[in-house]
Amino acid sequence: MEAFTLLEPTSTWDTLLAFWRFEDMNVLWVLIGSILLGMSASVIGAFAFLRKRSLIGDALAHAALPGVMMAFLLFQTRDPLIMFLGAVTSSFIGFFLIDWLPKNTKIKPDAALAITLSFFFALGLMLLSFIQGMDVSNKSGLDKILFGQAAAMTQADIKLLAYVTITILITVALFFQKLRLIAFNRTYAKTIGMAVNFYELVLALLIVMSVVVGLQLVGVVLMAAVLLTPIAAARFWSNELNHILILSALLGAVSAIISTQVSYLAPAMPTGPWMVVSLSLLFILSLFFAPQKGLLKRHLEHKQLRQKVAEENILRTLYKLVERNQQDQQDFNQSDIQALRSVPTESLQKTLKTLCKKQLIESSARGFRLTKNGLELATQLTRRHRLWENYLNEQAELTPEQVHKQAERIEHILTDSQEQQLQAELTNADSDPHGNPIPRQTATSGGKR
Amino acid sequence: MFSDLGMNDIWILATASLVAASAALVGVFLILRKQALIGDAISHSVLLGIVLAFLLTDSRSLPVMLTGAVLIGLLTAWLSDTLHRVGKLQSDASIGIVFTLFFAVGVILVSLYAGQIDLDQECVLYGEIAFVPFDTIYIGGLEDGTDIGPRAFWGISIVFLIVLISISLGFKRLETIAFHPNLAVSLGINVVFWHYFLMTLVSITTVASFDAVGAILVVALLVIPASSAYLLAKSLKTMLWIAVAYSQAAVLIGYSLAFILDSSISASIAVSAGLLLFITIISLQIKRFYQRTQSIEAAHKAVNE
Repeated sequence: MEAFTLLEPTSTWDTLLAFWRFEDMNVLWVLIGSILLGMSASVIGAFAFLRKRSLIGDALAHAALPGVMMAFLLFQTRDPLIMFLGAVTSSFIGFFLIDWLPKNTKIKPDAALAITLSFFFALGLMLLSFIQGMDVSNKSGLDKILFGQAAAMTQADIKLLAYVTITILITVALFFQKLRLIAFNRTYAKTIGMAVNFYELVLALLIVMSVVVGLQLVGVVLMAAVLLTPIAAARFWSNELNHILILSALLGAVSAIISTQVSYLAPAMPTGPWMVVSLSLLFILSLFFAPQKGLLKRHLEHKQLRQKVAEENILRTLYKLVERNQQDQQDFNQSDIQALRSVPTESLQKTLKTLCKKQLIESSARGFRLTKNGLELATQLTRRHRLWENYLNEQAELTPEQVHKQAERIEHILTDSQEQQLQAELTNADSDPHGNPIPRQTATSGGKR
Repeated sequence: MFSDLGMNDIWILATASLVAASAALVGVFLILRKQALIGDAISHSVLLGIVLAFLLTDSRSLPVMLTGAVLIGLLTAWLSDTLHRVGKLQSDASIGIVFTLFFAVGVILVSLYAGQIDLDQECVLYGEIAFVPFDTIYIGGLEDGTDIGPRAFWGISIVFLIVLISISLGFKRLETIAFHPNLAVSLGINVVFWHYFLMTLVSITTVASFDAVGAILVVALLVIPASSAYLLAKSLKTMLWIAVAYSQAAVLIGYSLAFILDSSISASIAVSAGLLLFITIISLQIKRFYQRTQSIEAAHKAVNE
């Protein structure tokens, strides 16, 4: 090994360059093939995910193994088409078994999946070990479909891969409307007379095909992730199925590129695990940083809302204090506020500071007072609070004691139009159930926020 | 064919039957709690636990392996659950994402450190039950000590005892949780604790079976005998017994099958477990069909009279 590296001192960088210059035409083909696979598997996996059968790919990929081995045993050839047909057949048997077991026996769906998966896989391994003990030619490399090896793919393999994946993508595009309807509302699709069973069969066939064709690249064991992880990641980015599908196809393609590269840099490395690891990284990134539904965004929104609520609560407290003192006194200090609303001093000081910065209150010698803008906002909030109290009292027949807490929550999120609607529906829009007057809408209120 | 059984074959059979029995016992609870998939997931991720434990401590002793496996097994269960709650993903999707990642990292580490770890991709898949007898424990130095049997055998014996003791001690609670989870909550049983306890049992069973049957075939032993028993049993106790009986039958048939076909022993055992399940299902179907025709005939007779 040492002598070998001395003869060909290629660095990682050189290999990478060679890869991207496509010095070896085969590299280009494998790259294209894996991108196509990544895309078609992600798209078809999305439909499995929407039908709440995320792990079906896992079971089907495992179920393909005995088919491949059987095909090899019967025909003693490595012809990709024969391997493919063998795999599709046994995968399909697995698919029906997963469906049949829970319907006809006490066995639950999850157990049916695990049974099919492990039994077929064991059968495949048993046949593989049997073949390896036999004296036949070109049996080596058969075990590569367990973990996948992009570098070991032949031209014929890639051609088949390309045909199948393109067929899958075109079929999905053709039937997109129908598949979408079935995925989201199967019962409705059935009532409008769609041949749901036919389309589900088509979908099953597509899933089986994409799983089987991916075996050489990704391997039996980890094929599940290539179907499942892209859609799970894409879901954090959008609510539109079109966008999700395009995005998950993109994620699949990116991970395919990464893993093919790794497979060329270190030919002994199985491709599948790298594809899964890169997909998982993309998933984790999406989970945390997706702009609409990512965890970080959700956390920030939550924090902003809490901040807003804290600010508005202080404004309302100031309003109430003014109201209680019959407008005589306009300035109140921290202890006045805390007497009416229990807030820890530290957070109160922080909130007061931000309110000052927003010029909703101003500090004077004796404490804080509402500015004109602040008063407007506080009036509006109080108005919404009391309107809601009235509404609950009148329409939902809650007692005055019960309504305050609910109004306390909803005052922060009511909109202008809801406020008007409330007012229209109330017979008494002048005072709340506790007897406090409901302030009138000021001329400019509602313009802000 | 058992006439020329050597000492090695006996060790292999004993190890396999303990592996199968422990897996069947734990599997019963997985099936009843409808958690077959999390069992599948844990048995995959345990690979990462074993590899990490080895890389960190440089030892393959049982306590180290068990700790690594239990930690990673619990992490798998917890992460899947958290992803389901926080990420609002379907629970099987979150399981799938977690275990494929763990398993992928495990495989990558195995191929990176293939020279240093006494593990390769093959044995991750099949285990090496045929080599079990050659890795033995000596008491008192390597030279003059006495050979007390294969390491894998003692590992799985200890785990089998742990499983057996846990189940007999927690029998009542496990039973309540398995059949009436809501009642269990209202009785004040700590369901979360027992859930993770079960996951711990799955992890240690998987890791102790790892040498013998590999990471994936243990799923077959966890799920299949227990499912066969689920079809037949009327109570938890009988289900446990039937599951163990099925698993032992699978070991015997599988071993003979491997002997005849010269195939992998562990894969053959798993296949026989599956065949036994299908035989059970088919005979139940035939029985049901027979009963149905009989009752239809009886109905006809009643109508005619």
